[in-house]
Parts: sequence; structure tokens; C-alpha cells
Amino acid sequence: MRAWRRFTRAQSALRLAGRLGLAVVLVWALRGMGIRWEFVADSPTQMRDLFGRMFPPDWAFVGEVADPLVQTINIATLGTALAVILSIPIAFLAARNTTFNWATFALGRVLMTVSRSVDSLIWALIFIIIVGPGSLAGALAVAVRSLGFVSKLFAEGIEEIDRGQVEAIVATGAGRFQVLLYGIVPQVRPVFAGVTIYRWDINIRESTVLGLVGAGGIGFVLNTAILGLEWSRVGLILLVILAVVAVSEVLSAWLRKRVT
Amino acid sequence: MDAARLARGLSRAGIVFGGAFPPNFERWPLVVEGVVESIQMATLSTALGVLIGIPVAVLAARNFAPPPAYAAGRGLITLARTFHEIIVAILFVKAVGFGPFAGMLTLTWNSIGFFSKLLAEQIENIDRGQVEAIRATGASRDQVLLFGVLPQVLPRIVGLTIYQWDVHLRQSTIIGIVGAGGIGTTLYNSFARYDYDFSLAILLVIVAIVLLGEGVSAWARTRIQ
Repeated sequence: MRAWRRFTRAQSALRLAGRLGLAVVLVWALRGMGIRWEFVADSPTQMRDLFGRMFPPDWAFVGEVADPLVQTINIATLGTALAVILSIPIAFLAARNTTFNWATFALGRVLMTVSRSVDSLIWALIFIIIVGPGSLAGALAVAVRSLGFVSKLFAEGIEEIDRGQVEAIVATGAGRFQVLLYGIVPQVRPVFAGVTIYRWDINIRESTVLGLVGAGGIGFVLNTAILGLEWSRVGLILLVILAVVAVSEVLSAWLRKRVT
Repeated sequence: MDAARLARGLSRAGIVFGGAFPPNFERWPLVVEGVVESIQMATLSTALGVLIGIPVAVLAARNFAPPPAYAAGRGLITLARTFHEIIVAILFVKAVGFGPFAGMLTLTWNSIGFFSKLLAEQIENIDRGQVEAIRATGASRDQVLLFGVLPQVLPRIVGLTIYQWDVHLRQSTIIGIVGAGGIGTTLYNSFARYDYDFSLAILLVIVAIVLLGEGVSAWARTRIQ
């Protein structure tokens, strides 16, 4: 009599090998961390010390945070607007049903990929070299970084449109541009609006740190406070960021519900 | 912002890009070292993140957690999602010192916000029937979770884990800017030293890794579905 087994012998061996392989990879990764145990042992004290210095936060500093905060919101908004303007043509190139030929399709896709694989902080470093430190570099970084995300979702929206409406416009003898304007644009408008609001929300969060590399906004004040070891100011700035991100998330969820 | 500044910027852009081309791969051992460190950080933090993330997700699923636990789970997730990974990295660097360990902890913390949130939503959307069937056999709460819920969300856990690894790999390329290890440290140093041709080489490697990671992750996810 043979006992029932869930796996054949070969399957069990394979599963065991898989688990061993995973364990080896994890041990290898752990050894690469170069953990200094004396620092780890010390970390609870360090953390308590840190939070003890941060709280209570320095409320008097609020006045000086207001301007950089407005700048952060401007960077996010301007960057998003710029990204949307640039994304529209790219999206039409990268959507299978509106592109001209395979070369323009490939161009659209490559632009998207490059934009998305480089983080906004790295884009900020690049733009700082070109236009100098400040919020302009931040807005450009946000724009270039968002481009890939926005145009990818725009392109998907264009690919999902209803062919019937487009053909109806074509049947009236409309030119290529008129088909675009009256057959496609009305159909994709809600998607475009939703994506734009969603990305704006993400960009608010990303803009809060751009100042750490010198690209303007509240991150710059945060960096100054950290370098100056003024932890009660750091605590206040973190609270402000928490509030702004929460408000923008609620606002964006509410706006998206309204447009879609 | 005015025309003169733009013109100056353009001429400077010329110099920068002139300096960056052709990309300089001469110091490739440094790049390899950074990349390996990034991969190690991403892998370990994904494993840890999943271990911590699963219980947090159960806490944050409305249909299983009692209200106070639900509030705690949701609160933790919101807190973990609010701060950009760079800010978290600064705090961890302060706590455990410079290096990849701080970066790994940052990414793990980040997992709680991302992985637990998506998994909690998945748990909320499971088929009640199967859970009821297990409960009807007289199973305890843990047994219901193990036999009624887990089989339903397991494919999703695997998919999310792979996706999480891909996201961590991408984030590990930047948290090095504040000293938390990985290829980001190498990149930031090259910018600071005006080694633009080396910077471009690193950027190309980063783009390649991100694409490769995205490809591997997409391939693995279609295979398990």
C-alpha cells in the first residue's frame, strides 16, 4: 500500500532546493549589510534621544516654514502642469491606435521608460547643474519624472476608447485633426483629469524632499535644520509635511470622485 | 526665471552634456559594488517587509480585525506611507549609522505602507463563502485565517512580493543620497566630484537595472497567475 503524498519526490526535492536557494540569497544579502552591532545596540537610545529633541516641536518656527511650503506646492503644481502638457503628444504617439508608425510608437515608449526609471531626486541633481539650485530645477525635475507615468496612463486611456464614436466622426468627412478633437478628446477627458489629479498628489509628496539636494521648497528648510542639528525644528517640519500630504491625499480623492 | 537665465542654463547644459559624453565605464568595479549592495538591500528588505507586512495587513483588514486593532493597523500604514523614503532614511542613518543597513531598514519600513495596504484590501475582498465553510467546521480564528483566508490571497502575496522587490530596487538607487548605501551613494559622489561622464555611466546602469527588474518582475507575475 502506498501512502498518499501531496507532492511527488521530485517536486519535494525541487521545493526544498528552492527554499535553500532563498535562504542562501538572504544570508548573502545580510552579510552585505555590514551591520555594526554596537550601533544597533545603541539605536534605541539614539532614537529616544532624537524624538526627545524633536518633541515638543518648535512652534515659533511655523512662520518661517510657510513660504517654503507654498514653494513646495508650487513646484508640484507647476511640475504636474508641465508634465501634462508634454504628456499629451507623447501619449498619442505611444497609444497603438493613434500613433503614426512603429518608429513613433517606439519613440513614445522610450521617452516614457527613461522618465520613469530615473527618480525625481536624480532628475533634480541633473537640472540643478543646468539651471542652478532653486525651485525651477525642482519643477523641471517633477515634470520630467511625471512625464512617463502620466503619458503611460494617458496612452492606456486612449487605447481603451470606443471605436464607434471615432468612426462616426470619420464618416462625416472630418480631417485627421478634427477626428482627434471631436472623436477622441471628449472620450479621454475624464481619464486625463483623474490621472492629473492623482499625479499631483504624488508630486506633493515628492516635492517635500527635493530641497534636500537643493531644488527648493520645504525640503531645503528641513535640510538646513538637520545640518544645524535643530531637531525641534525638524519635528515641526515633519509634522507640517504630514499635514500637507494628508490634506492633498484627501483633496485628490475627493476631486477624483467628482471627475470620474 | 528670465531669458538670460535660460540662455545661461542652455550653455551650461552644453558643457555638462559635453562632459558627460561619452559615458565613462572605466571605474566599473565601483558601479558593480553599488549595484550588488542595492540588490542586497532590496532583497532583504522585501523578505523582512513581507514578514512584518502580513500581520499588519490582517490587522488593517476591516472584516477580520476588531475596531481598535483596525484603527491601529490603518494608522501604522498611513504613517508609513506619508514620509518620502529619503526622510525615513535620514532618521535610520541617525539611528544605526551610515551604510546599507540603514537603507535596508528604510525600505522595510516603506513595505509596511505599500505591501500591507494592498494586501489588506485584498483580504477585504475575499470570498466570504469559503471563510464561512471553514468557520462552520468549528475552526478557531487562527485556523480560519490559515485555511479560509490564506489560500485565497496567496497568489496575490507572491505577486505583491515580487512587485515590492522591484519597487525597492528602484528606491535603493536614491536613498544613497543621504548615506544609506547602494548605487545612489556612488552616483551622488560622482555628481559632487563633477565626474559627469561617470555619472552618466551610473545613470545608464540604473536605467538598465530598473528595466531588468521590471522585466523580471512582470515575467514572474504572469507566471504565477
